[in-house]
Amino acid sequence: MKKPINSEQVSIDDSVNYLLNNQNQLSIETVWDRSKQQKTRCGFGEQGLCCHNCYMGPCRISPTGKGAQKGVCGAPAEVIVARNFARMVAGGASAHSDHGREVAKTLLLAAQHPDSDHSIKDSNKLKKVASTLGLSIQDRAKEDIAKEVAEILLAEFGQQEGELSFTKLAPVKRQELWRQLGVIPRGIDREIVEMLHRTSVGVDQEHQNIFLQACRTALADGWGGSMIATELQDILYGTPSPIRGEVNLGVLSESEVNIAVHGHEPAFSEMLVIASQDKELIDLAKKHGAAGINLVGICCVANEILLRHGLPVAGNVLQQELAIATGAVETMLVDVQCIMSSLPDVSQHYHTKVITTSPKAKIKGAEFLDISENNSLETAKKIIRDAILNFSHRNSVDIPKQKMDLVAGFSHEAINYMLGGRFRGSYTPLNDNIINGRIRGVAAVVGCCNPKIVHDQGHVSLVEELIANDILVVQTGCSATACAKAGFLTPESATKYAGSGLAEVCRAVGMPPVLHSGSCVDNSRLLIALSEMVKVGGLGDDISDLPVAGAAPEWMSEKAISIGQYFVASGVYVVFGIGMPVTGSSVFSHHIFEECEKILGGKWDVEEDTSQMAAKIIDHINHKREKLGISKGRKRVLYDMAMRRELKI
Amino acid sequence: MSKLIATRAIRGAHKLVNRAEKELNQALKEKGSETKIEFPNTGYYLPISYGILGQKIETVGGLTDLLQKAKELLPPLPEEKLWLPYLGHTLDAGMATLFADEIIEALKYTQDPLPYLPEPMPRDGHLWLGAANDVIMRERGIEFVDGTAPGFALCVGYCPTNEIAVKIARELQEKNLYVFMAASTDGKSMAHQLQQEGVQMGWETRLVPLGEDVTACIHSLGFATRVALSFGGVQPGNYQKVLLYNKNRVFAFVLALGPVDDEKHAQAAGAINYGFPTIADTDIDQILPTGICTYEHVVSPVPHDKIVSKAIEVRGLKIQVSKVPIPVPFGPAFQGERVRKEEMYVELAGPSIPGFEFLTTKNLDEIEDGKIEVIGPEIDEVERGSQLPFGLWIEVAGREMQPDFEPVLERQTHDFINCAHGVFHLGQRDINWARISDEAKEKGFKFKHFGSIIQAKLHSEFSKLVDKVQVKIYTREKEVRELLEYAREVYKKRDARLADLTDEKVDTFYSCTLCQSFAPNHVCIITPERSGLCGAYNWLDGKAAHKITPTGPNQPVKKGKVIDPLKGQWQGINEFVYVNSNKTVEFFNAYSIIEYPMTSCGCFECISCVLPSTNGIMIVYRDYAGMTPSGMKFSTLAGMVGGGVQTPGFMGHSKQYVGSKKFVMAEGGHKRIVWMNKQLKEELAPILQQIGEEEGIDNFLEMIADETVAVTEEEVLEYITKMNHPALSMPSLL
Repeated sequence: MKKPINSEQVSIDDSVNYLLNNQNQLSIETVWDRSKQQKTRCGFGEQGLCCHNCYMGPCRISPTGKGAQKGVCGAPAEVIVARNFARMVAGGASAHSDHGREVAKTLLLAAQHPDSDHSIKDSNKLKKVASTLGLSIQDRAKEDIAKEVAEILLAEFGQQEGELSFTKLAPVKRQELWRQLGVIPRGIDREIVEMLHRTSVGVDQEHQNIFLQACRTALADGWGGSMIATELQDILYGTPSPIRGEVNLGVLSESEVNIAVHGHEPAFSEMLVIASQDKELIDLAKKHGAAGINLVGICCVANEILLRHGLPVAGNVLQQELAIATGAVETMLVDVQCIMSSLPDVSQHYHTKVITTSPKAKIKGAEFLDISENNSLETAKKIIRDAILNFSHRNSVDIPKQKMDLVAGFSHEAINYMLGGRFRGSYTPLNDNIINGRIRGVAAVVGCCNPKIVHDQGHVSLVEELIANDILVVQTGCSATACAKAGFLTPESATKYAGSGLAEVCRAVGMPPVLHSGSCVDNSRLLIALSEMVKVGGLGDDISDLPVAGAAPEWMSEKAISIGQYFVASGVYVVFGIGMPVTGSSVFSHHIFEECEKILGGKWDVEEDTSQMAAKIIDHINHKREKLGISKGRKRVLYDMAMRRELKI
Repeated sequence: MSKLIATRAIRGAHKLVNRAEKELNQALKEKGSETKIEFPNTGYYLPISYGILGQKIETVGGLTDLLQKAKELLPPLPEEKLWLPYLGHTLDAGMATLFADEIIEALKYTQDPLPYLPEPMPRDGHLWLGAANDVIMRERGIEFVDGTAPGFALCVGYCPTNEIAVKIARELQEKNLYVFMAASTDGKSMAHQLQQEGVQMGWETRLVPLGEDVTACIHSLGFATRVALSFGGVQPGNYQKVLLYNKNRVFAFVLALGPVDDEKHAQAAGAINYGFPTIADTDIDQILPTGICTYEHVVSPVPHDKIVSKAIEVRGLKIQVSKVPIPVPFGPAFQGERVRKEEMYVELAGPSIPGFEFLTTKNLDEIEDGKIEVIGPEIDEVERGSQLPFGLWIEVAGREMQPDFEPVLERQTHDFINCAHGVFHLGQRDINWARISDEAKEKGFKFKHFGSIIQAKLHSEFSKLVDKVQVKIYTREKEVRELLEYAREVYKKRDARLADLTDEKVDTFYSCTLCQSFAPNHVCIITPERSGLCGAYNWLDGKAAHKITPTGPNQPVKKGKVIDPLKGQWQGINEFVYVNSNKTVEFFNAYSIIEYPMTSCGCFECISCVLPSTNGIMIVYRDYAGMTPSGMKFSTLAGMVGGGVQTPGFMGHSKQYVGSKKFVMAEGGHKRIVWMNKQLKEELAPILQQIGEEEGIDNFLEMIADETVAVTEEEVLEYITKMNHPALSMPSLL
């Protein structure tokens, strides 16, 4: 699958290259065309030096030192860069959090109206979350518990004082540090609003102070909005566990009615999953000459239905237009985040119907369908019925043959079970094998795709190098899809790609060397996993002690910046690819790339070259191992009676 | 790779669960669901389902639910390609196997005749012992507590030759490990091999043949589960604690000998849940990465001459064995061995032949360390079947040695000598008795080796007290009789000193927290008049043990201010107990059963409990398996008393404490005793008679009921009313 870097090459995924060649003949415009049309990006903007927060400007600071060094308001480069950076954090945090809010509202609906289309699927998870919130669960109906859980968490969006409940799940030492720094988030919306306020003209003008509020805003995302989304989605739709699936455009079916869901919120796609299994509809499809109904996903909502139902993933964010360009998609449903405005334009060349389902996200040329929560299953059925009727309108169909098997579904709970079963489930085997050196460390490789670099290459080459160096990789979002296409998410890949130590652990557990944990909102699962690693012991007493790192080699969304920031604020070393819009200020860059480590234990880094990025991650992990005293593994200890008495039970 | 292991274990689990279902259905059909089902004399029901799931299964019908649980746990087999993670599944399959095993084995106990011998040793060709009763479990449990038994080896299958089987067994014994044998392959098992070689088996020698069936492996894990419940104070159903307790306290492992089929793989998966790894002599798949067990999970193929040491390394076990320079194997596992008359070469002392064992302190310059003299004939100078007088005169010197420690050290002789394979020892002081087997004689064991054993062991275990040891062994009547007179004088003086030693006369007691590895919140306080509840430690032992290991589990505790002399409460003791019980026991009365009684680990010799309607208390000894008037057997009572929890009205204690003047003094003392099991009553008859005389009660002994006259509380009340027992006229107990 992997090909040598070629300047003409758009993607390392042949399904993409294949379709791009075809659609060129059809003169359909794609993300790569538009990227080309943008030519060289604005140098000020790329480095974060452009400020348009007030109309005295827009101002730009000369990165060479020859031109203006201050904005009209007097803001120097580091303040402008910090403000822009912080606003990206706020933007990203708002996206995840607004998603979380919708999920909490759905849970409340399910609790209050058990006869609605939404119900509580995972009572165990509900009880666990309720316990975290300090609620009594004994002798209570699940709806009753769910109602209280939903109300408490909904209130946390508008909360003015106090601490977000889920921050309690972080290691105690980390919580204390946050309190000491004054960055423990009080209310989700409040932190975002305050961030926007403080970065508007003439307010917060100290880059360190802006950075701290950016920490608090990001933490309100990771340990707030995102975590609420993940945890409550698990309650509503089930906590993922290992499941098989298929990925890439080849999952589109020539003989079946293809319906693609694209976006981020799983509420409606869950309805489509149910509806797509409706016998009447399947019969209807057959009546219209199709072999059946094929529901596929794109971008992060694909990960949601993959992890919970094993449904196929047609591609990651940059493949959304190409899915339509196969001519095989009857309907594409989109909700929020990462949806390209160009979809209706592409669809005009085909029979595909593009439907937007969120009142927050309408697109010119696309049909808007209001999914009122109460009749969503009926709406889902209607959409499928329409799609079936659309099947006969297909013209030429050209589906690339590329598709790959995968195993996904590694939620925190699933990892716990996987490593010890129902009776001995725990992270101990993970920690043990990190301590003994079979596994060097853990890296989260996440994030988007970006046409500025060869599609998927950043993810795939980084992950390939990491697993070869015995680093267990955990993934979410479009990065997971990229590596899935490369075959890294199969258990067989352990023998093929992983270093001998990691491969041995994979063989013992039966897991792939790369664990797919969900969509981008599910990065919150990784926070819980990191906290659990600390709790299990042997690897220090804070997240910042762990031999772990985070990376987003092909990032593009503000959400990625927010995610990166909440990992850094949680004590993780995070390295981004391509570039970061902060390099215009050496003062601010120095602050987030170096200084902040002393305060937070985690820090940012940026590295264009994936091989260098891998080297940096390996170095960082080695360094942490050294500090933990496990750089050479740990010697076998033989226990006499007195030593046994010291062992914790 | 490990997928093969997973596949085989999961397949084995399916087979065993299917088999359990078939056998259960048949039993339901033939015997009915109400038929009682139990392992012999245990308060832990079927221990796996009780410990792991909290289920109390007492009837055949009750097994249905356990079967259901097993079925729910059964995972699918891993796929050939694109498999899902199988480690968690394999462990679940292992647990399902254990449930199935327990069903199958429990059903065996409804058969007539029983397939197992409900005794601690094989007899008359009956090899297999099945589930251990609670008496064995408690007696042996203490050895897991104090470290004399660091763990056990579950040996499944058979060795290529009998010679190898014996060698492995001996090696494990010498490492002080228990050897459980189960699961024959093609009709062959290690236990059979040992039997063929005439090796003495049974709990006494730590070579325990559990059962021929693969499912008999469950009796070893059942034993381990009960250790967690009884000594660890783990609540039934708290599976996480039961399993982690075993991982971190009971250092057991599985030796897979010979071919390993699917069912045996499934047993190994079950054992891994407990943290017990498998070491195989054949080439089966390995699981090396760590995590569930302390180190590797499955290691193979290991040659027979290395298999024991490899197993110990894999389990993470440190065993210090002091080398004793004698020509026969040596270790606690040989302690329980008997030397029968027909295999005996020579007998020393005994009922009609004079003998003694005597330890005395000398100045450092008076003795020569390592010197051993045999005065009288050596073994090779006497004929087979001879009986000789036997005097063991031990002289020690050391800066820390005190006359008070002489009896403590002297009493060790019994344990030391018995550790030699082929040497059998009974008694102490002037009632000693020893036998040496033909085999030991053949291997070159001589009388002088008694000296070697004593010197080596005193040096290794009491090095803090003893710098020099010199031993004289007398085998001629003249010298033995002469020295015996002298020794008797000293014994008398020592007894007087001990009788003189009361709680009031000392300002320091000794703690014992040896069992905290098992019962983390329990603290024993040993006073001159109340020995440790296991009966193994009296106040002098505590004092000596503290000298030997100043930071060890026996610490001096200043009594401090007397809070209540009648109940036996002191400020210093309260404070010590509070801190060392992890702040769970705030107050502590040494002489009361009702108010803040002393807690128990689980190793008690006796349990006393109040029989409310009689206004008195009953005492039962741990060997008594029958029903008591409390409505509970010893085993059930033990479950209530153990685990470091204060249970007013219930108390675990030593046999010695029954004879103490401080026995439940707060409640009025011995006059409260209304029932004792007969054997205990007979054993303590002289003391009870004396107490009766002192109290001015004529026939006190007869007034105490036993199981021959009363097994219910009503019957006890009836009996003591008839006898006009003093308890009836005492102030109300409650």
